[in-house]
Amino acid sequence: METSPQVMGKLEKPRKVRSLQSGETLAGWLFVSPMLIGVCILVLLPIVATIVLSFADWNFVQGWKGIDWVGFGNFKKLFHDDQFIRSVRNNFIFLFAVPIYMIISMVLAVVIDRHVYLKSYFKVAYFMPYISSIVAVAIVWQVLFQPSFGPINQILHTLGVSNPPKWIADPKFALISIMMIVVWTSIGFNMIIYIAGLQSIPKDLYEAADIDGANGWTKFARITFPLLSPTSFFLLVTGIISTFKVFDIIAVMTQGGPIGSTSLMVWYLYDTAFVNLKVGYASSIAVMLFIFVLAITFGQWLAQKKWVNY
Amino acid sequence: METSKTAFNWRKGVLTVLMFAVSILFLLPFIWMLVTSFKIEKDVFVYPIEWIPRHWHAIENYKEVWVGDYPFWKYYLNSVKIAVITTCISALFSSLAAYGFSKIKFKGSNFVFLIVLATYMVPSQAILIPQFILYRQIGLFDSHWGLIILSSFSVLGTFMLRQFFMGIHQEYIESAKIDGANHFRIFWSIAFPLVKPAVATYAILRFIWTWNDYQNPLIFLRTDSLFTIPLAMQKFTSLSGEFYSLIMAAAVSAILPLLIVFIIGQKSVIEGIALGGVKG
Repeated sequence: METSPQVMGKLEKPRKVRSLQSGETLAGWLFVSPMLIGVCILVLLPIVATIVLSFADWNFVQGWKGIDWVGFGNFKKLFHDDQFIRSVRNNFIFLFAVPIYMIISMVLAVVIDRHVYLKSYFKVAYFMPYISSIVAVAIVWQVLFQPSFGPINQILHTLGVSNPPKWIADPKFALISIMMIVVWTSIGFNMIIYIAGLQSIPKDLYEAADIDGANGWTKFARITFPLLSPTSFFLLVTGIISTFKVFDIIAVMTQGGPIGSTSLMVWYLYDTAFVNLKVGYASSIAVMLFIFVLAITFGQWLAQKKWVNY
Repeated sequence: METSKTAFNWRKGVLTVLMFAVSILFLLPFIWMLVTSFKIEKDVFVYPIEWIPRHWHAIENYKEVWVGDYPFWKYYLNSVKIAVITTCISALFSSLAAYGFSKIKFKGSNFVFLIVLATYMVPSQAILIPQFILYRQIGLFDSHWGLIILSSFSVLGTFMLRQFFMGIHQEYIESAKIDGANHFRIFWSIAFPLVKPAVATYAILRFIWTWNDYQNPLIFLRTDSLFTIPLAMQKFTSLSGEFYSLIMAAAVSAILPLLIVFIIGQKSVIEGIALGGVKG
């Protein structure tokens, strides 16, 4: 089928280029169409639908006729919704987890890449939390964090901490506890990417620095750190975006509680849409989520030009 | 720093020991989980922690989890079915699209690729509501195929594999075209075999992500008999309440297949992640 335009093209010179071109275009569309159709129906269409629904006051159970168009009403309500404001604030607090696990990952990567034996053992060990089912991981941590008889607090008791925090049961500590688990699960991935980044730094730079008598710290500060900046930038972008997608661990461990202290935007969206069935209002949260992610992506794209050494 | 290549380097040895100690922190929760799954319930919170169980109850615990009142083997079959089919479809569609975007120059390809790329930034939760409504309307709600279709169209594989297809020299493609091969033949007999290792890496990752997926089954499945492992795991936890030894046996069972897949494909998974910089 595909070859016929080419065969014909040999006979009729002037048409050759055009028919070849259209054959290519047809083949191209055929190759990408399964993915493209899926993306259109399952992603692009829902994006448009989310934006449309954000202007509606609607509950699932009312059926199509129950849709009430309220313009920007949902958004006005959102800006006075304490629970939403709290969720946004929690999302921004959550951002601090990203630089923390990036720094730990970078240090681990530098040490593991050049200064240890049994490199592949370390890669696998640190990577374990990343491949494990987040539900299983969350349930294990839930038990480990148990305030009165959980192993962590028992160890703290033995170490002489008379009044250890109640972790996920304490509104003051719950978010930090969740962030600690996210740091724990994210290090493996970040470390692997950093090790790949380290391997692309030319060895002769270090040799030249050795000749100049540079010490370990100078080499890190002047060679390793700047040359890792594209990797760091990539990890920062994906890391920040991924904090806006944290859902499973909240759903399993805290359900946004205690008293809303671990509610993130995504959790509030889920709770509003699928527990309270307020579809229109939840859609306006989704639109806010889009706006945050878009703004952050755009901001990082601008910053990239300034900070990253290529 | 590296004074001699052959002799034991003391500094390296000390750092290895130090890093080993740190790595224990990463493994300890898993070890605790495994050890607890072997214990009788009474011993679970005994302090100091018994790292070697005094009373073995492993067979009974695992038997209860696998064939007891809430039998895990059923949910295992569901998870295996969904993960295997999703992996196959996703790998096929991603390779096709990746080839199309990298090896065929056609009108509109850059624009379409840009749109596909942009959808990657969209948090999946932000489009859940329309997906949910759509699924209810077309009857895919509460079915395995609905879930399979939903995760088969992840654009991540397209990006990852596109990089590998771009690495194939254009001359191969051109010379095959001169010999009269069309793109489908070139794809099957030249391009796909060349990127097979990358496709395998992606397939392992997709399998892991699908197996671990909690959010989509939570929203798109209702019937208990259709549940996947993560959902069953949570249901089991709420049913067994205080039976932590059983819960940990369930957790070990949920993680084990992944661990096997990961250990078999360890090298290609880690390299694939490093090369593609992918995240689920």
